Amino acid sequence: MLSKRIIACLDVRDGQVVKGVNFEGLRSAGDPAALARRYNAEGIDELVILDITATLEARRALGDTISRVARELFIPLAVGGGIRTEADAAAAVDAGADKVSLNTAALADPTLITRVAERYGSQAVVVAIDAKRESPGSDRFAVFSRSGSAAAGRGAVEWAREAESRGAGEILLTSIDRDGTKAGFDCALTAAVSAAVSIPVIASGGAGALDDFVDVFTAGRADAALAASIFHYAETSVRALKAHLRQHGIPVRL
Amino acid sequence: MIALIDYKAGNLTSVKKALATLGAEVRVPDEPDDLADAAGVIVPGVGHFGATRALDARWTEAILARVGEGRPLLGICLGMQWLFEGSAEAPDLPGLGLLGGRCYKLRGGGVKVPHVGWNSLAIACADAAILDGVPTGSQVYFTHSYVAPVTGDAAAITEHGEPFAAVVQRGYVAGVQFHPEKSGDVGLRILENFLALAG
Repeated sequence: MLSKRIIACLDVRDGQVVKGVNFEGLRSAGDPAALARRYNAEGIDELVILDITATLEARRALGDTISRVARELFIPLAVGGGIRTEADAAAAVDAGADKVSLNTAALADPTLITRVAERYGSQAVVVAIDAKRESPGSDRFAVFSRSGSAAAGRGAVEWAREAESRGAGEILLTSIDRDGTKAGFDCALTAAVSAAVSIPVIASGGAGALDDFVDVFTAGRADAALAASIFHYAETSVRALKAHLRQHGIPVRL
Repeated sequence: MIALIDYKAGNLTSVKKALATLGAEVRVPDEPDDLADAAGVIVPGVGHFGATRALDARWTEAILARVGEGRPLLGICLGMQWLFEGSAEAPDLPGLGLLGGRCYKLRGGGVKVPHVGWNSLAIACADAAILDGVPTGSQVYFTHSYVAPVTGDAAAITEHGEPFAAVVQRGYVAGVQFHPEKSGDVGLRILENFLALAG
């Protein structure tokens, strides 16, 4: 039976993992390759490097970060953040990324999805969708671009369907409402998108407790769940999370 | 030297890296003639079966010549499907035909297609050298929509709505539907088993 995937996200700026990794006695917690090694040893199923580097200059270092991380692992590695052109995608793949994650640039020009898929295959194309409830309690979800700052004028379900038809191999779906809150994933959002497409949906935003993952894999119908800080802080080990999921009858790779 | 065939069906970086980690000397031949001194041949590949059109008569002949000399051949993902007679994905295009049967699309029905993620192997042939040290229940990383049929050559079977051949081996010809270069320690073990076959 296909396992539900647990994915760790490394937010990288200027070659270092950010989002509060500077304690817990992890000597080199800020180093992406060191964190990748730790997660791999703990049994993470996949890694995402999200480049949040502000300047173009520093972004050139991303290739180096990707290859240092890729050397450490033999599990899928996705890279996102600032991939705007086919050339950006090619640079990430050449450095060792198995998948590239497209967000703002795909909204601006959806043909980018098809062009990257034709070059590397759909399995290499993740479309990241940042969505927010139109109002609290609403079951309509609006898509935002530019790191959640600009309304894209699209609904999440409709955009996910279009992304799939244009060649996306997976959807990385982040709830802006839940991101960073540790209040649990937005299961209604995740289920709505997962039911609308046949490609896998990775749920993101809101991971806090172990049961949040149980919920998103059952009520949320997610194929994979992504988290960053709960793993970095070592609040939750990947192994303990997977043991918990298995106890609840959810298939995982142990 | 292991020859890794590049027919422009996906990126070879990960496969090269995994083989290098295992100490293999890898070369990507420009011409079929460059296969002459290969100790083993790997045909990787992701994407549409139509991409195997690039493996034309000259390549096919060179690969079959190595197999005829007892050099092991490993097909990965699309490369494994190519070992069969053909695929419903590109019905007019013949495969290499070393293994009997044709590939077809997963039916789905309660499961998502494409089949993406980690799934488990049920060992069907305990003495297949390619699976030495790989027990039933081992998980590996898949990403595909088409599958090869379960025949007498199936060494391991995986279920995704229906059973399909996850690993095949017939003599020195082996194939894996998943990506061993992305399947952690289990995948590295399988590549290591192939390198051992290549001597």
